[in-house]
Amino acid sequence: MTERPTIEVVTGPGQCLRLAGAWRVDQAERLAAEIERSRQPVKALDGSEISALDAAGAMLLLRLAQRFDIAPGAVTLSDQHRALLDAVHQAQADDGPEPLLREARWRRVLAHIGAAVTESWGHLIQLLAFTGQTLVTLVKVVPNPRLWRPTATVHHMEQTGLDALPLVALLSFLIGAVVAFLGATVLKDFGAELFVVDLVAYAFLREMGVLLTAILLAGRTASAFTAQIGTMKSREEIDAMRTIGLDPVALLVIPRLTALLIMLPLLAVFAMLAGLLGGLLVAVYSLGIPIEMYISRVYETIELRHYLVGLVKAPLFALVIALVGCLEGFKVGGTAQSVGERTTSAVVQSITLVIVIDALAAIFFMEIGW
Amino acid sequence: MSEAPIVIRGLKNQFGSQVVHQDLDLEVQRGEILGVVGGSGTGKSVLMRAILGLRPSQGGQIKVFGQHIDHAGGLEMLRRRSGVLFQDGALFSSLTVAENVEVPLKAQFPKLSARLRHELALLKIRLVGLSAEAAPKLPSELSGGMRKRAGLARALALDPELLFLDEPTAGLDPIGAAAFDDLLRTLKESLGLTVFLITHDLDTLYAICDRIAVLGEKRILTIGPIDEVTAFDHDWVQNYFHGPRARAAQAARR
Repeated sequence: MTERPTIEVVTGPGQCLRLAGAWRVDQAERLAAEIERSRQPVKALDGSEISALDAAGAMLLLRLAQRFDIAPGAVTLSDQHRALLDAVHQAQADDGPEPLLREARWRRVLAHIGAAVTESWGHLIQLLAFTGQTLVTLVKVVPNPRLWRPTATVHHMEQTGLDALPLVALLSFLIGAVVAFLGATVLKDFGAELFVVDLVAYAFLREMGVLLTAILLAGRTASAFTAQIGTMKSREEIDAMRTIGLDPVALLVIPRLTALLIMLPLLAVFAMLAGLLGGLLVAVYSLGIPIEMYISRVYETIELRHYLVGLVKAPLFALVIALVGCLEGFKVGGTAQSVGERTTSAVVQSITLVIVIDALAAIFFMEIGW
Repeated sequence: MSEAPIVIRGLKNQFGSQVVHQDLDLEVQRGEILGVVGGSGTGKSVLMRAILGLRPSQGGQIKVFGQHIDHAGGLEMLRRRSGVLFQDGALFSSLTVAENVEVPLKAQFPKLSARLRHELALLKIRLVGLSAEAAPKLPSELSGGMRKRAGLARALALDPELLFLDEPTAGLDPIGAAAFDDLLRTLKESLGLTVFLITHDLDTLYAICDRIAVLGEKRILTIGPIDEVTAFDHDWVQNYFHGPRARAAQAARR
């Protein structure tokens, strides 16, 4: 069935190329090369012996005709192939030459970097604007109980808080144990194993408890917010809300923000306790510190301010996570792919911002001597 | 070569205990546009997916170009010689239009050079009536009608003899739908296509279908040219072809 396509020169008074065989896409590469090779000028093309022709073959046939300045209509062809050749000819004549698609590689790399930088800057501006918008809405909603959405708020409190509790507790417990092990390894050489207690207590009250919680929620909750709002956006539900006269920020963002503002500090307290418990376990079973001594040591070393230094950051983290999650959701375009992209972006941005804010706060509290 | 491109004998399809098709027979003739209609739930898409080997059937046999599609090689042959346009185009959203059209070429003819492949893709894009400016665009940047055309370009990438279309004019405005009908007819005539067309669009049925198959009661109720089908004595068929919209489409035909 697949006879090899051929181009054969017929010498005679009216120099002519005789074309035969199956001119199909599976032989296109060979044909294209052969067309490149044929230089000897001819006056006519005889395609009446072509046994099969498809669009690829027709395109190459037209190219051959153009090479020798033969009008497509002058090519001898069977009727059934004539229709296809005309259709392809028509399609190619419809608009101009193909546009240039590719730029030089180095230009694309540069353009990519530039686009990434402007995009990051744009993200920051948008986040600030969105923060402002949300705060303004909050000011409108708080004194007006009619606009409160208790059901949605409680629902999100359960999803972001209660459901995350086992995970937060488990991870904090394990990190607490790991910190205690690390401390023990170093402090053993000085015979100061008891200071493991100080290490764990300081670490978890000031930093780790709230930071671990925030990072977990940034991964778990920011992505969920983006996916929820993004799906609604891509199905035009947000637009539907607007046309009905509902404010999507008041309806979608405020309940999520409130839920997170309440739940993140609570979870952070649990994380601190779980971390201390993990430290306790290692201290008791691995270092031989009695439970009573561990607890009294915690009482001795820890002051209220350490606890506050940790906890004061919690609402800030909650704000960042909720706002980034919701904002990225609103940025979703029409496609399912964009929901995925925005979700990734929400997680990356919120974790980055949480850690940056935590580092700045650590420097601040050190400078003021807390 | 004289056998019909698609021959279905005694096909049975079921989901759990719910039987969709029972003893369904159908032949699609070479070079025709066969319109497939039926109420929702009569399994039009299921039938198409069964022919394409996208879902296993529970009985009967499907032969495409004389080969059983569940035999080794049959499915491969089907992939090479057929093209499919899904309802919303099903273009790969992360690829440009040109890249979308190149995908089947790359998969079936890996030896084709990138340059020639791109030229072929551009040709198909122009054949379906899109301008070459659409080639570097992403599907999300196209309108619904352009997406359908781009999907058709991808379906035509391999120069198939057999084309499957799932509601090609759904979601298009009447002008766009009429233009799409015209395009299909032109392409069918110039490329010698056999077309299996699922549609709800009465205008399409009247304008371009050579024969119409009506699905219902788990089988093909009737099949034939439109005049025969509209005369068929069955409640659903009568309601479908003689409702107010059908009359309008019939009037428009003349």
